[in-house]
Amino acid sequence: MKRYSGFGLVKHAMSHHENWERQWRNPTPKKQYDVIIVGGGGHGLATAYYLAKVHGITNVAVIEKGWLGGGNTARNTTIVRSNYLWDEAAALFEHSMKLWEGLSQDLNYNVMFSQRGVLNLGHTLQDMRDIQRRVNANRLNGIDGEVLDAKGVQDIVPILDCSKNARYPVMGASWQPRAGVARHDAVAWGYARAADSMGVDLLQNTEVTGFKIRDGRVHGVHTNRGDIEAKTVGCVAAGNSGVLAKMAGFKLPLESHPLQALVSEPLKPILDTVVMSNHVHGYVSQSDKGDLVIGAGIDGYVGYGQRGSYTTIEHTLQAIVEMFPIFSRVRMNRQWGGIVDTCPDASPIISATPVKGMFFNCGWGTGGFKAIPGSGHVFAATLAKNEAHPIAAPFSIDRFNSGALVDEHGAAGVAH
Amino acid sequence: MTQQNRLANGGLIDRKRQLTFTYNGKRYTGYEGDTLASALLANGVDIVNRSFKYSRPRGVVAAGAEEPNALVQLGATESTQVPNVRATQQALYEGLVAKSTNGWPNVQRDLMGMVGKMGGSFMPPGFYYKTFMAPASMWMTYEKYIRKGAGLGRSPTENDPDTYDHLHQHCDVLVIGAGPSGLMAALSAGRRGVRVILCDEQEEMGGSLLDSRELINSQPATRWVSDTLDELNQLDNVTVLSRTTAHGYHDHNFVTLHERRTEHIWDRATPANGRPQVRSRLHRVRAKRVILATGTHERPLVYANNDVPGNMIAGAISSYIRRYGVVPGNSLVLSTNNDHAYRTALNWHEAGRKVVAIVDARPSPKGTLVDQARALDIRIISGSAVIEGKGTNRVSGACVAAIDPAAFKVTGKVEELECDTIASSGGYSPVVHLSSHTGTRPQWNSEIPAFVPGEVKGMTPVGSVTGVFDLKTAFDTALSAIDHALEEAGDTSSSKVTEAPQVDAIQEGPCCALYQVPHTKTTLRAPKQFVDFQNDVTASAIEIATREGFESIEHVKRYTALGFGTDQGKLGNINGMAIAARILNRSIPEVGTTVFRPNYTPVTFGAIAGRHCRDLFDPERYTALHQWHVEHGAEFEDVGQWKRPWYFPKTVNGKKETLDEAVARECLAVREKIGILDASTLGKIDIQGPDAREFLNRVYTNKWAKLAPGRVRYGLMCKDDGMLMDDGTTSCLAENHFLMTTTTGGAAGVLEWLEVWHQTEWPELDVYFTSVTDHWATMTVTGPDARKLMEEVTTDVDLDRESFKFMDWKEGTVAGVPARIFRISFTGELAYEINIQANYAMKVWLELFDKGEKYGLTPYGTETMHVLRAEKGLIIAGQDTDGSVTPEDLGLQWAVGYDKPFEWIGKRALTRPDTSRKDRKQFVGLKPKDANVVLEEGAQIVLDPNQSIPMAMVGHVTSSYYSAHLKRGIALAVVKGGHERMGETVYLPMADGKVHEAEIVSPVFLDPKWERQNV
Repeated sequence: MKRYSGFGLVKHAMSHHENWERQWRNPTPKKQYDVIIVGGGGHGLATAYYLAKVHGITNVAVIEKGWLGGGNTARNTTIVRSNYLWDEAAALFEHSMKLWEGLSQDLNYNVMFSQRGVLNLGHTLQDMRDIQRRVNANRLNGIDGEVLDAKGVQDIVPILDCSKNARYPVMGASWQPRAGVARHDAVAWGYARAADSMGVDLLQNTEVTGFKIRDGRVHGVHTNRGDIEAKTVGCVAAGNSGVLAKMAGFKLPLESHPLQALVSEPLKPILDTVVMSNHVHGYVSQSDKGDLVIGAGIDGYVGYGQRGSYTTIEHTLQAIVEMFPIFSRVRMNRQWGGIVDTCPDASPIISATPVKGMFFNCGWGTGGFKAIPGSGHVFAATLAKNEAHPIAAPFSIDRFNSGALVDEHGAAGVAH
Repeated sequence: MTQQNRLANGGLIDRKRQLTFTYNGKRYTGYEGDTLASALLANGVDIVNRSFKYSRPRGVVAAGAEEPNALVQLGATESTQVPNVRATQQALYEGLVAKSTNGWPNVQRDLMGMVGKMGGSFMPPGFYYKTFMAPASMWMTYEKYIRKGAGLGRSPTENDPDTYDHLHQHCDVLVIGAGPSGLMAALSAGRRGVRVILCDEQEEMGGSLLDSRELINSQPATRWVSDTLDELNQLDNVTVLSRTTAHGYHDHNFVTLHERRTEHIWDRATPANGRPQVRSRLHRVRAKRVILATGTHERPLVYANNDVPGNMIAGAISSYIRRYGVVPGNSLVLSTNNDHAYRTALNWHEAGRKVVAIVDARPSPKGTLVDQARALDIRIISGSAVIEGKGTNRVSGACVAAIDPAAFKVTGKVEELECDTIASSGGYSPVVHLSSHTGTRPQWNSEIPAFVPGEVKGMTPVGSVTGVFDLKTAFDTALSAIDHALEEAGDTSSSKVTEAPQVDAIQEGPCCALYQVPHTKTTLRAPKQFVDFQNDVTASAIEIATREGFESIEHVKRYTALGFGTDQGKLGNINGMAIAARILNRSIPEVGTTVFRPNYTPVTFGAIAGRHCRDLFDPERYTALHQWHVEHGAEFEDVGQWKRPWYFPKTVNGKKETLDEAVARECLAVREKIGILDASTLGKIDIQGPDAREFLNRVYTNKWAKLAPGRVRYGLMCKDDGMLMDDGTTSCLAENHFLMTTTTGGAAGVLEWLEVWHQTEWPELDVYFTSVTDHWATMTVTGPDARKLMEEVTTDVDLDRESFKFMDWKEGTVAGVPARIFRISFTGELAYEINIQANYAMKVWLELFDKGEKYGLTPYGTETMHVLRAEKGLIIAGQDTDGSVTPEDLGLQWAVGYDKPFEWIGKRALTRPDTSRKDRKQFVGLKPKDANVVLEEGAQIVLDPNQSIPMAMVGHVTSSYYSAHLKRGIALAVVKGGHERMGETVYLPMADGKVHEAEIVSPVFLDPKWERQNV
């Protein structure tokens, strides 16, 4: 892999950009791999990268039915934060945050990780109690954050309506300065290029149609391009995890819901941080291109259509205009939807399964993007060693039998 | 300024009404009926913007929704700014103020343009992924400057003065687009009496007929348009919505229409007939049948320097000439691959300006229009194309050469023609955006060659969107679509009411496939050939992207930003796909399209939000006693949607009490004398039916089999994971009749929960739930003197301690009003909860105060309620619990009926290994070692304060107050294994560096034998 640099850019300009090399190959599937990753999104590609880089396992295929990074990696609102409440979740997301810091250099691909800070607003006394609790827990877990009052919030975001006239006036917020946003597509591409350069085969337009399972153990996958063998298979296919599990003969405690997002037209810089409100129910940041990137909650029904109901879009913009009345005349350019796999406790599954050699990494719900580096890192370790990485261990499927849930619903109180 | 490009005659503008407007600080004139773009062109304004990445000068390219360049910042005042308005879609009005969105110091002389010129070659697609990485700490600085350079217009910084409405509409036929086929369809359906909505995004209806050269019934086409509209406007069953864009097409024929009511008049909604108006309306339409008559967008050809001002799409030039009487130049070269575009040259010629040449990519063009051009002695250069435009701020010439489109090669010598305008036409793409919103994929039609709409249930495409472009077909498809749709809907009335008008067919030859025009140099070495003007995406960018492995069209889009603009690629997408297909050696349908999503054109947030902001964002709920609270100076707390009195500060010696002072006074009043709380907001659910008792047994953890009429019981409700969800008392009103209470915030959720279980799991149970929260006002009279006061206001209720026991309820009269009285207590004191029909509540409340004054009756709010219950260790679901707490964690195992016969909700979960762990976080009291300390709610608890980060946290403070009665801080908390840790010391390390010490104690701080409530 030829490293990217400003100098290289100048050199390529001199030769009219005729000599750029491919960022990844388009290989023909081999008959057999050590590890197959099903799903070429951010999580799957990161898993492949860390398998190769950390564990030296390079005979790896990432099987993707569409295009790399084409699922929720391409559809999210790019927020990265680690201020989760419970120790288990905080450890996982902070592990990820540490990998984000330095990811561009590690991958030699600018993922534009912008640590511009995230505000989680509180609008009721109970919101503020929850915020204090979460920030106190974060602090003792070594995660940055502070509790701000309404004035502190106003100082950071002067255009936010912090007046008493709001239906639910802002009472304060949690503030995580290290949090921020990143360029979502670049994350997939950066991992893809780096993994490919170490020998990982990225098989696009290749759809898994079934698993080869004998005596309770996985031996490979059936695909539309033929059978491919592997003794270890990791499924990382958000939105379709339930479908894959069904092919393998078991059920996962997941529901698949549409999750929508939208963007405004590009604007000159107006909002320099990420503002999230669970109570008024919307969140917004401004991309480097200038779009306001906006999201809210999932659609209530289950389904596999990558679009949702219009009322959700209306409610979301009502929340945004309620928080930022000056945006009323800003125009919405585009809305879209993805499919999120949600677990009953709003925490992911990173786990072995009833089929030996088969592992699942799924159930990230509405918040998987921020976890990509950490998720890939611990899942790679889990696949390489055939036992759960300590950070992944609490996220085993067994917790739904034992009851040891990591319930981020009520506690963290933030939808994303 | 003179309107140098305005023709003396012609166009649909009203020359009697001259309008003055300001653009970039300069005053210009135009006419009623102009768009801002046509007025700018009339005034000879060439440069209307600077491009996003390279800061190149850009002019108006199109005449409608597909315009990528002419974006303006509109608005005369700060609060009425609208960013990124397309000048081609903005009607001119007197006093309009607009600015170009980019350009510094101004759009004519732009310094960034230098950067674009010099640095352009260092900005291939995705260059930012390959640089700005070192040193890592610099990214935030780089980003600051990248952000400054990006963006288009700016957000207003003051609040929007306007309002927006939502309308809910139903119709039999929704016709989207009022061109020839749309009008025909609407007329046919309208005459047959069904409910019709016809909408069109433009200022005037008529679509392509507004600049058509064809005659209809031997009259100008505009005559047929106005006759048709006249008839439609007279039909009661037809709603005609002009200036109305169908911007989103959702499942089940749900279409959203954005009707702009006032944007053609002024930059804010002005009153009409003395009444305030909304700025725009959003129609949420459910249509039985959608008639998609959205027409086509013309594709420009992709050649070198095709972005220099003076390059336009051919059809736009026809629009400007025929609709607005504007010729945007003096000498024209037309580059085309089809007959249709010859109209532009004919129109230009008729306007008295020079047509230098028609350059036709086809070797031997034939057809009526070609013949007409030949007859006018217009030079036609066949088998050729414009391969490069000349000029910087305005076109000065066109390089023309013979080409072989299939081999993608220039085959002849290059000739440079002098001209100031280049029109190009690469064919016509049906507007498939709306149909694609539904999830259906557009289908490739190799004849036109372009995509046509995929199939959508309940939708019929008509007219040119089907890929058949002649006028006669437009009328015929429209009529048969309506006949078919109404027949399908069971309408058998005569279908031949409406006949297609007579049109003289114009014979057109087939077009040839041409997207990117070959150049003498390779794509990477030729001058820039723009595909997506707004995002500065060039053919070379697409080639580089595919060389780098971005082969999926979605990857190409995301890597190059093709189609990412506010026009969502209306001009550029098909060309971009065609270029990718050529380089990848695939067919265009193999490459496929990206997904079109709503909105078709951008819609303001305000219009989508409607009235549901500010006061109407979420209903505010008030109790029947709210006015009294306001009059008595209450501070309010938001609890769910309710406004609840938080505390009642008194003003003593001119000084208003603080929260702490008021709460201390209120608490002492209850503990020592008597207080009253408006508890009306607690959820109340009336449960009736033969199986009501059985149902309670299943949703509550405790037993309900033996609760007799007249008795009340506290119940715990768990989710199926065994975690506490809500709590409250339920009273047995009669054998099959119960009244359940819930927390204030949980009321709606609990009712929904009950319905879900009843409707989905236990439909066999005969039971009914009714929310009666608002029907009853609830007043809690509590304190040692509560009975004395009650005796004064009731005559028919025996209040004796023995005959009206704790956890009894009775019917009677209070202050002369029928009431239900419940002897339950959330304060630990003697308490009566009086339920009064809400309409009579104020009378009772006032009489209670009238009689209670001598006892010192003190109103108290939610904060005092919290302190009083905390002194007694009573939980608040949602504050002391968080969805991870079981009844046993709370020490409430007495309220769990493990031996109940039915598998109640949560029972199985409560028997899992994790829920029976001994070291679960358990509910306890905390006594700060320093009595004056009030611990922070949410403070985390550790056993060893000296450990390093990350610390092992064993729990947290859920509630914490200063107890005036106990004269110390008290707290409730959950602590790992807390029930077995009574008397142990724990530590609370705080953000300010302080570490508080506290002792684990019973959560019941006061009256552990519960005697006070039984006096």
